Amino acid sequence: MSQGVGVVGLYVRDQDEALAFYVGKLGFRVHTDVRNGDHRWLTVQHPEQPSFQLGLFTPGPPVLDAATAQALRAMVAKGAMPPLVLDVDDCRGTYERLRAIGVEFTQEPTDRYGNVDAGFRDPSGNGWKMIQAQKRSH
Amino acid sequence: MTDPQLLRRLLRAQDRIDAASHEDWPVRRLAQVSAVSEAHFARSFRRAFGIPPHRYLLTRRIERATALLRDTDLPITEIAFQTGWQSLGTFGRTFRDVTGESPGAVRMRARAAAHQLGRVPACIVSAAHRADLVTAVSEKRRRATSDTTNS
Repeated sequence: MSQGVGVVGLYVRDQDEALAFYVGKLGFRVHTDVRNGDHRWLTVQHPEQPSFQLGLFTPGPPVLDAATAQALRAMVAKGAMPPLVLDVDDCRGTYERLRAIGVEFTQEPTDRYGNVDAGFRDPSGNGWKMIQAQKRSH
Repeated sequence: MTDPQLLRRLLRAQDRIDAASHEDWPVRRLAQVSAVSEAHFARSFRRAFGIPPHRYLLTRRIERATALLRDTDLPITEIAFQTGWQSLGTFGRTFRDVTGESPGAVRMRARAAAHQLGRVPACIVSAAHRADLVTAVSEKRRRATSDTTNS
């Protein structure tokens, strides 16, 4: 596939902390980690999704002024950023594994409409739903 | 108040309410979750999220009760008990104050409307249906009383 969404970025409060979380705990891989002065372009990938990169960016100069950056950091910390969804094959198993290594879960695995979903946050406050979709019978 | 570290800890208190809104959440318990002094917690929470913690708790309970009314056949008494109320009377009164309808009316209306919500993650559905509790319940009650008195 050569067309489509390539990168979607999250704002995080600290890129080293975010890297430790997404790579060290969730099992993502680093795709790009390039510094240019104070700016650091950092993207990670889900190991089973090579065509998509998740950007882990800090709001700040040179892209944003200090007041805007501060407002965005507050929004992230308040959990006000849009919902994120991680698809998994085994919600309960993944929940147990991630919880054991210190991932902050906000909701235990719950059955809903045949799906199983759980909720967790990254250290910055971004909220994820982890969803195991109902297996479709063919 | 824009210290992101503090906001992140206040979010943790909000998350804990979300995860167990049927439980009791005295300020002391919430303040502990957020590692904030009891004296500062309620004000900090209100500044961060625009609503005092107790009122936030009420909106979440009403939201859960509405979902149970819509999605289950549980008796209303059981729903009141499961969502954290000590008495059916308090539940019914608060529910009407917040939503403007009785639990029974909400159940009938929800069933009449054929929802196609299965394609949207349920967490998002419930957030979209969150009771918009911008005025205090007691204030709503006063207004309703004065409306009745004036008419």
